[in-house]
Amino acid sequence: MASPEPIPLVLDALYRGESRQVLATLIRLLGDFDAAEEAMHEAFRAALEQWPVEGVPARPRAWLVSTGRFKAIDALRRRAKFEAPLDALGEALLPAEPEEPDGGVETLPDDRLRLVFTCCHPLLGTEACVALTLREVCGLTTEEIARAFLVAPSTMAQRIVRAKAKIRNEGLPYEVPGAAELPGRLEAVLQVIYLVFNEGYSASSGQAVTRTDLSGEAIRLGRLLAALLPAPEVHGLLALMLFHESRRAARTSPSGDLVLLADQDRSLWNRALIQEGSGQVARALGSRRAGRYTLEAAIAAAHARAPGFEATPWGRIVGFYELLVRLDPSPVIRLNRAVAVAFRDGPGAGLALVDGILEGGELATYHLAHSARADFCRQLGRMDDARASYRTALSLARQDPERRFLEGRLEALG
Amino acid sequence: MKYVCFGYLDTESWGKLPPSEQNAMIDRCFAYDDVLRKNGHWAGGEGLQGATTLSYREGKVTVSDGPYAETKELLGGFLILEARDLNQAIQLISNHPGIRMGRWEIRAVEDMGPMIEESERRRAGGK
Repeated sequence: MASPEPIPLVLDALYRGESRQVLATLIRLLGDFDAAEEAMHEAFRAALEQWPVEGVPARPRAWLVSTGRFKAIDALRRRAKFEAPLDALGEALLPAEPEEPDGGVETLPDDRLRLVFTCCHPLLGTEACVALTLREVCGLTTEEIARAFLVAPSTMAQRIVRAKAKIRNEGLPYEVPGAAELPGRLEAVLQVIYLVFNEGYSASSGQAVTRTDLSGEAIRLGRLLAALLPAPEVHGLLALMLFHESRRAARTSPSGDLVLLADQDRSLWNRALIQEGSGQVARALGSRRAGRYTLEAAIAAAHARAPGFEATPWGRIVGFYELLVRLDPSPVIRLNRAVAVAFRDGPGAGLALVDGILEGGELATYHLAHSARADFCRQLGRMDDARASYRTALSLARQDPERRFLEGRLEALG
Repeated sequence: MKYVCFGYLDTESWGKLPPSEQNAMIDRCFAYDDVLRKNGHWAGGEGLQGATTLSYREGKVTVSDGPYAETKELLGGFLILEARDLNQAIQLISNHPGIRMGRWEIRAVEDMGPMIEESERRRAGGK
C-alpha cells in the first residue's frame, strides 16, 4: 500500500471525472444503456476491492472499461443460467470482430459525443432528451433532475425508462451523425443544452428566479461539446451562456428582486466568464457562418464590454438584431429588436414596432411584450396607456420577482 | 440512496405452477439476491408471513386477522436496495426473477434526521 491517497478517495475523484466516459464507451461495447450502467457500477466496485491490494493501474479508465466489459459478460452468462436466452445484448457482446490488443476497450472521445447525440435524438422528444442528457451525460441522479424540474422522482424515472426503451426498440444507432445529418442533429443538441441552461437561469415557476446548478451543468456540457465538436454554433451557444451567467450576481437584489440591465452594478459581473465568452464568440464570428446562437452571443458581448449602460453600442446591437430577424423572424426576437431600436431612436420608434407585433396577435399572452409597451408609453408621457399595459403584464407574469417589479412600476405611476 | 422494495405475489398464478417450477422460481430469486449482495446493492431483506392488522378506534386498539387492504396479491417479502438513484433501483428490480410472479413497489427511504431533530427540540422544550 504505497498509495499516497486512500483508494476510496481516488475512486471518488475517478467517478466524478471519468465515470461518464467509461459509461459512454461501455454503451458502445455492450450496445445497451442499462447493461453498461450496471457493468460500470461493478467495475468501480471491483476497483474498490482490488486496487488496495494490487495498486492503482497505470491506465485506470481503460482498466475500468475492460473490467466492466468482463463483468457484463459474466452477468450475461448468469442471466442465461436464470432463463433469459441470449438476446441482442448477448450477440453484441460476443462479437465476430478480432480482438484488439486491449480488447477494444480504449475509450474514445467520440464515445462521449455518441452519448450526447443519442441522448438528444429528436425522436425521443425534448423532455426525455433533457432528462436523459442530465442523467447519462452529466451524471445527475434521477432525484436531482426531478427536483430541478419540480416533478415527482417516479415521474422522472418513468420518463428515463421510456426514453431508454425507445432507444432500444427503435434501434437508434449509437453514433455521431454523418455530415448530411449533422447540422439538424446538432441543432437538437444545442436546443437541449440551452433549455437546461434557461431552466436554471430563470425557473419556470416558483420562488427562485435562478437554479444555478442546472445552468452550471449546461455550461459544462457546452464546454464539453466545444472541445469535442468545435462548430461555430457550439462556440456561439457556449459564449451566450457564459455572458448570461456572468451577470448572475447582478441581476437580482439581495432581497431577491429583479435588477434591470440598466441598473445592474457592473462590478459584480464575472470578468473571467466574460473573457471566456469573448474568446468563444470571436471564434464563432470568425467562421463567417454566424448562426442564431452566435448572433445572440454577439449582442450579449456588446453589453458585456460596455463600461456602463450609457455606453451601450445600440447601433451595433440593432445591426446584430437585423441579421437575427433575417435568420429567425420569431416574435420574441422582433420584440427584442424593438427594445434595441427604442434605445437607439427613442421610445416612439419602439412603440410602433411593439404595437405592430401585438396587432399581429402574436405575443398577446407574453408579459414581457406588454411590459415593454408600458415602458415606451411611460417614456412618452402616456400614463394611462402605460398603466393599462403594466396591468396586462402583471396578469400574465408568473414569477414572484417579475410580479414585484411590475407592481413597483405601477405604484410609481400612482 | 436506500430503496425499500416490496415484492407481491400473485397467489392465483403462483398456485397454478407445479411444485417443481415453484422451486425453480424460488431458487432463481435467491440466486439473484446473491448477485445483489455480491454487487453491493443488498442492504437487507426478508420474506414475510401473513399479516395482523392493528387499528385504533374509540380509545381501543382492535386486532384483526389479515392485511389492511383486501387484495389477492400477497406481500411476500421486501428487500432494501442500495442504489445510486431511482432508475438504478428500477433496473435492478426489473431483472429480479420475482418480477414474473407479481408486482413490486419501490419506495425511496426518507431521511428522518431533520424530523427527529425537530421533534427532539420540541420534547426538550416541553420539559
